[in-house]
Amino acid sequence: MSIFLNLLKAFAVGGALCVIGEFLELKTRLTPARILVGYIIAGVILSAAGLYGPLADFAGAGATVPLTGFGHALTTGVKHAVQEIGLIGAFTGGLTGTAAGIAAAVFFGAVMALIFKPRPKE
Amino acid sequence: MFDKKAKPSPQRQRQLDKYQALVTRLSPKSALGQGLFRSFWVGGAICCLGQAIIEIGQGPLHMASNAASTLCSTVLVFLTALLTGLGVFDRIGQYAGAGAFVPISGFANAMVSPAMEFRREGLVLGLGGKLFSIAGPVLTWGVSASVVVGILYALFPW
Repeated sequence: MSIFLNLLKAFAVGGALCVIGEFLELKTRLTPARILVGYIIAGVILSAAGLYGPLADFAGAGATVPLTGFGHALTTGVKHAVQEIGLIGAFTGGLTGTAAGIAAAVFFGAVMALIFKPRPKE
Repeated sequence: MFDKKAKPSPQRQRQLDKYQALVTRLSPKSALGQGLFRSFWVGGAICCLGQAIIEIGQGPLHMASNAASTLCSTVLVFLTALLTGLGVFDRIGQYAGAGAFVPISGFANAMVSPAMEFRREGLVLGLGGKLFSIAGPVLTWGVSASVVVGILYALFPW
């Protein structure tokens, strides 16, 4: 039962974060790349302000899978590293916290680009 | 020939006004509503799939919570890269808009798609370079913002 509730919370919060992006795209004509950059910076700032952590605790993947969650992982990584090794942690923590996502995207991206041929655009 | 500057007859003008009112009433609002609805359910479904992966990791696989969320992003990135290679993800993106590109799937798609397309320009600058053509800005600004936060946190811990 609690698993079902977790899935529902992830669906609702994740869907809501995507709706904000769609609204921005349709209403302001921002390109997707700009919206993604905006999302990640918003995630870094909201997380630093202590607002994103509670949302991630509540919604799980609903908060961590959207790109704001990527920003949240950057900030939590950086804070953790600064606590452990001081100022220099500001340069190590962000990429440590997000290493798996970045490395997976680079590796699988390169492999798929080697395997598949691009299709003509319809 | 048809004279464009000639005023339409009053009856024709009424028809035109009616038509214009119909167009404004029906088109933009429904397009917005439809776009928002599609991005909500697809984006929600992707996050829901992510949560299901976390639940599987923490339950049957006995993983710690941070290992389970790493598993979640790795699997989602793999699935998106595969679906992009097969040409399926482009259709999901056309249907769902932000619902497909705001989750981490959008980040993975933004890397695979240009890498595939520019592979013919070579493995180093084509595939290797274009892999970052959209993901690069995201990483540049995300990492830079996090370094600023880290320096502030080291100076004034809160």
